[in-house]
Amino acid sequence: MAVGSKVVIESGLEDLAERLSWYAVLADLIRRKPLGAAGGVIVVIMLIAGVFAPVFAPFDPVINDYTRPHFAPNLINLLGTDQFGRDILSRIIYGARTALLIGFTSSIIGAFTGLILGVASAYFGGLFDLIFQRIMDVIMAFPLIILALAMIAVLGPVVQNDVLLVILAITIPFVPRCARVVRASALAIREIPYVDAARACGFSHLRIILRHMTPNVMAPFLIMITAFVGQAILLEASLSYLGLGVQEPIPAWGLMLQGGAEEYAESAPWIAVFPGLAITLAVFGFNLFGDALRDTLDPKLRSQ
Amino acid sequence: MAGDGGYFDQSALDTCRTNLGIDQPILVQFGNFIWGLLRFDFGLSMWSGQPIAYEIGLRFELSLQVAIMATLISVLISIPLGTISAVKQDTWVDYVVRTFSIAGIAMPSFWLGILIILGLLIFTQSWFGEAWMPPIQYVPIWEDPWYNMSMLIWPAIATGYRYSAVATRMTRSALLEVLREDYVRTARAKGLLEKIIINRHALKNAMLPVVTVIGIEFAFLMGGLVVTEQVFNLNGLGKLFVESVTNNDYNLTQALVMVVVTVFVFVNLVIDLFYAWLDPRIRYT
Repeated sequence: MAVGSKVVIESGLEDLAERLSWYAVLADLIRRKPLGAAGGVIVVIMLIAGVFAPVFAPFDPVINDYTRPHFAPNLINLLGTDQFGRDILSRIIYGARTALLIGFTSSIIGAFTGLILGVASAYFGGLFDLIFQRIMDVIMAFPLIILALAMIAVLGPVVQNDVLLVILAITIPFVPRCARVVRASALAIREIPYVDAARACGFSHLRIILRHMTPNVMAPFLIMITAFVGQAILLEASLSYLGLGVQEPIPAWGLMLQGGAEEYAESAPWIAVFPGLAITLAVFGFNLFGDALRDTLDPKLRSQ
Repeated sequence: MAGDGGYFDQSALDTCRTNLGIDQPILVQFGNFIWGLLRFDFGLSMWSGQPIAYEIGLRFELSLQVAIMATLISVLISIPLGTISAVKQDTWVDYVVRTFSIAGIAMPSFWLGILIILGLLIFTQSWFGEAWMPPIQYVPIWEDPWYNMSMLIWPAIATGYRYSAVATRMTRSALLEVLREDYVRTARAKGLLEKIIINRHALKNAMLPVVTVIGIEFAFLMGGLVVTEQVFNLNGLGKLFVESVTNNDYNLTQALVMVVVTVFVFVNLVIDLFYAWLDPRIRYT
């Protein structure tokens, strides 16, 4: 960002104390990264909607009401009803809960596994690193959704809970993607003398990996997590749309687009439009927020 | 094998297992699979009983055509947009293009597909008084090009827009970097037209990373097609893949995964070779 004379004056001594308060930090963020702040607002709205879904949702998202199918958006059902008479707004609000649950769980587990494996791979080096990286290469050769579908095919008969199955199928493709980025940062840290110092103190490998190296690769790790959440939400929606993800009657955005959406596209387009809009906005929000976070935390990664 | 509590005949079960080859030790099964791969013999589909090579052959043409068309569309969108956005950096044009491309990444291609169908229905209804939907029966392009295009252009747009987003960003950042080079300044100092500087000097040198992204995307299109083919009800490889997962047809899933990965590795090799042609500084010895 350009540092004009105005900014220099504003950040004078008088401003310094105020800078430490949270709203000053927030105002600063909005001024410097308007798009990132907009993304953050979308993420916060989605979090609030998901957590307090029962408070905001005007109707029950699961119970069918055959007296009011295919109602166009009106004052009672703000976004209309689907073919079973369920309120679309309520289902979107509860759907945020499903999307966030799956998005966050799979991103955090996937990124954490990748973090430990990536740091370990960089720390041990040699043959372990070589073999491990080739395994990661093989997994990276699969497009995200192909691997997720293959995981569902393999794990489907074993894992009975469909939400857990989706989380597992999304988590596994994330591991090598995070491990690779983390390994690159960890390789640089390995060369810094404090790692040798820790070795000389006689600390165990586990302690050096977890206590000394991991905290120093936090920046790329946090960036990966935010990038993953958006992808995970999109992937969950795609899997549910294909009928291989979350199953009825759990409200999920992808599932809402399946079946009714295409069949009644002409007579009841609101069934198809609003859930898709929710997916797009959510992924849009997380991507913008993630980009801003990346620029702030690690300017070196900007070109990637 | 049998459902819970259902009656089943042990000898029938054994015959079934022998036919599928799953009575063999796991290593022998793996050996057979690899030996089959070398001869392009993937075995039989567990669901339809047809040879898998035949099932794939039926659908390969359609998926390949959509993939090529989607790649062309994404190139046609991304290179001009990326160039404009880099040349007019930090103006409103740049912001519009960037929002357009970020939206492409965020928008699920199946939703875009549904919207396209919806738009077509409403548009044809109001303009021609009769709702029109893309045809469903596949006809090869050399038999009836018009009919073929009217069917496949929509899924190609739905997938191509999504994939253009990454390429647009790449074109923009690569071009921005090249525009700061000394030879661009020299070209400007010579008094060349801005158009010639961009097209001949800058764009040519910015193409290297863009070609990589487009090539990788082509391989990943196979994944994108999984969802788009479902929306437009196209009988291609992506739909076959979803069906194989739904039906627990392991042989077929396994074979399709191998096909996708082979395409990916092959495309990567082609890109690497293409580099040497594009950038004479790179030589493979």
